[in-house]
Amino acid sequence: MPSGQMPAGQTSAPTPATEVRAVSTAKPARRFDPHRFGPVVGLILLLVIGTALNPDFATWGNLMNVLTRTAFIGIISIGMCFVIISGGIDLSVGSMAALIAGSMILVMNALAASVGSPVAVVALGVLFALLLGGGFGLAHGYLITRGRIEPFIVTLGTLGIFRAVLTWLADGGAITLDNDLSDAYGPVYYGNLLGIPIPVWVFLAVSVAGAVLLNRTAFGRYVQAIGSNEQVARFAAVDVDRVKLLTYGLLGVCVGIATVLYVPRLGSASPTTGLLWELEAIAAVIVGGTSFKGGEGRIAGTVIGAVLLSVISNILNLTSIISVYLNAAVQGCVIIAVAFLQRRRP
Amino acid sequence: MSEVARYTRRVVLGAGLAMAATVALGGGFALAADTVKLGVSIPAATHGFTGGIVWWANQAKAELEKAHPNLKITVKTASGAPEQANQLQDLVTVTGINSLVIFPFESAALTQPVMQAKKKGVYVTVVDRGLTDTSAQDAYIAGDNTAFGRIPAEYIAKKYNGKANIVALRGIPTTLDNERWEAFTGVLKQYPDIKILDGKYANWNRDDAFKVTQDFLTRFKDIDVIWAADDDMAFGVLKAIEQAKRTDIKEVFGGAGSKTMVKTIMDGSNPLIHADVSYSPKFIYDAIKMTAEARLKGDKLPATYIIPSSLITKENAKEFYFPDSPY
Repeated sequence: MPSGQMPAGQTSAPTPATEVRAVSTAKPARRFDPHRFGPVVGLILLLVIGTALNPDFATWGNLMNVLTRTAFIGIISIGMCFVIISGGIDLSVGSMAALIAGSMILVMNALAASVGSPVAVVALGVLFALLLGGGFGLAHGYLITRGRIEPFIVTLGTLGIFRAVLTWLADGGAITLDNDLSDAYGPVYYGNLLGIPIPVWVFLAVSVAGAVLLNRTAFGRYVQAIGSNEQVARFAAVDVDRVKLLTYGLLGVCVGIATVLYVPRLGSASPTTGLLWELEAIAAVIVGGTSFKGGEGRIAGTVIGAVLLSVISNILNLTSIISVYLNAAVQGCVIIAVAFLQRRRP
Repeated sequence: MSEVARYTRRVVLGAGLAMAATVALGGGFALAADTVKLGVSIPAATHGFTGGIVWWANQAKAELEKAHPNLKITVKTASGAPEQANQLQDLVTVTGINSLVIFPFESAALTQPVMQAKKKGVYVTVVDRGLTDTSAQDAYIAGDNTAFGRIPAEYIAKKYNGKANIVALRGIPTTLDNERWEAFTGVLKQYPDIKILDGKYANWNRDDAFKVTQDFLTRFKDIDVIWAADDDMAFGVLKAIEQAKRTDIKEVFGGAGSKTMVKTIMDGSNPLIHADVSYSPKFIYDAIKMTAEARLKGDKLPATYIIPSSLITKENAKEFYFPDSPY
């Protein structure tokens, strides 16, 4: 980025916020860039192909199925988007979701005896899940910032730890929610508001909140500044460690929210819960146009990326033109093609 | 990592057991000349079925060591073929086993390591997955994968008088899954009015089964039977049907005989669940028991022993119900 484009006025007595804004906007003004719309184009193409292959694809019911099942990965991706923009990574989200799900079920089952109303038990369980997620996230952030350990290593470690603890708690089997609680909790996944399933509403709310936080607040600008140049951000008096700590905490809460929506679906957690979610979430973020190197990213792109990934497997399930053995190959091709569509200009 | 947690717990439990045994026997007795040191090498508990394997293996250890003071069983769980090969070496050189019961992760990758153990005079019983070179094993004990596919197919054909629309779930692409699938489709080919609309992989996993079933329900408007091919997957299938409020589906057939499924059949508590086929992780228990008892007497096992799979219905469900097992 050519430093000569920095406005001269910025050098005199900068406040942290203005300095940071200078860092993140010190690049050619954005004109219409077709590559920005790569994920949207990819998604529209997939929708057309899906409808052509099977008319049932375009039904409201199927659309809602796909959006509902995207909600988990989508919500995690939004948190992941912040972490990646700040230049970090979290590999543990799938295992974290599994452990939160398992712990949450155990806590609710234990509370059921002493707390009378199942709704109250579920509310406590939800609170517990969010706190646990936030706590795990902050622990990551603490190890990364204070402990000075690479995020890749910290979260690779916890990836193993979280899943192992869940497997141990479950004795290798499944942890299942009691029936009464299942009935009380079920509507959180299966319920509708104005014909749209609850998880889709939550996904929407988290997306909007994420977009506002990233683009309209000082915190969002700091996250982008740190990702684009950590040293410059530090010199600009941004509390880098605190901001990083918070991005991991935020991601942890997102995993907590996703888990809160996931548990009522099957009412159980097992060692296969959340398997490979980390890769799906990271793929959604990158396919959506966020730079893997950090510095800039888009919430809307991330949402589209997440939807796109689940549409691919939905189409494959709705047709049988391609051998089931090749499903993963088709997904791989689409991911690479969309990434190509949204590639950056050199 | 799951290995570490499990191992730690086992060490703690094992140390306790060993201490109790030493106290009970006044020490020393167990080291008689004809001691059978049996090593058990199995996959770590990563899903319901392997969870069951680990539980039954430890169950066998507890029962058999209590019954036979001159028997020492060491159970090791591995999370992949290379780790299993390493553990096998440790069992032979460090623990000094003279008998081995192994549930190999992969046939090809474990054949050489098992062969090495056998060359050192270890008596080898292979469970579930046969080795590529059968001269590396003394005995082979397995569940019946053909029956796992054949029994549900025959049951469905008979119950629906040779006329039904079926969708099927498959596990993970493996020879084991292929055997079941071929047996299932093989039987149903004889019935021209039975249509298998499609079969897709759901990885023996509840969540994937839920998603695949949702899409099947979108795609096919008239389904009579869903062959879930696994009790874990059947769980996801039932949730998807419940959500879609579909009434055309008459039956969901799982597989393996997990305790919740057997209980459901016993109580008749789900109108979509009527039968199951047994393929219990208990076969590891049987294999350990058979090997240990034969070796204690100095006998050999038959070269191949297939543990039969049977149809579980309301009438006989009691025989397949083990409430203490995690699976």
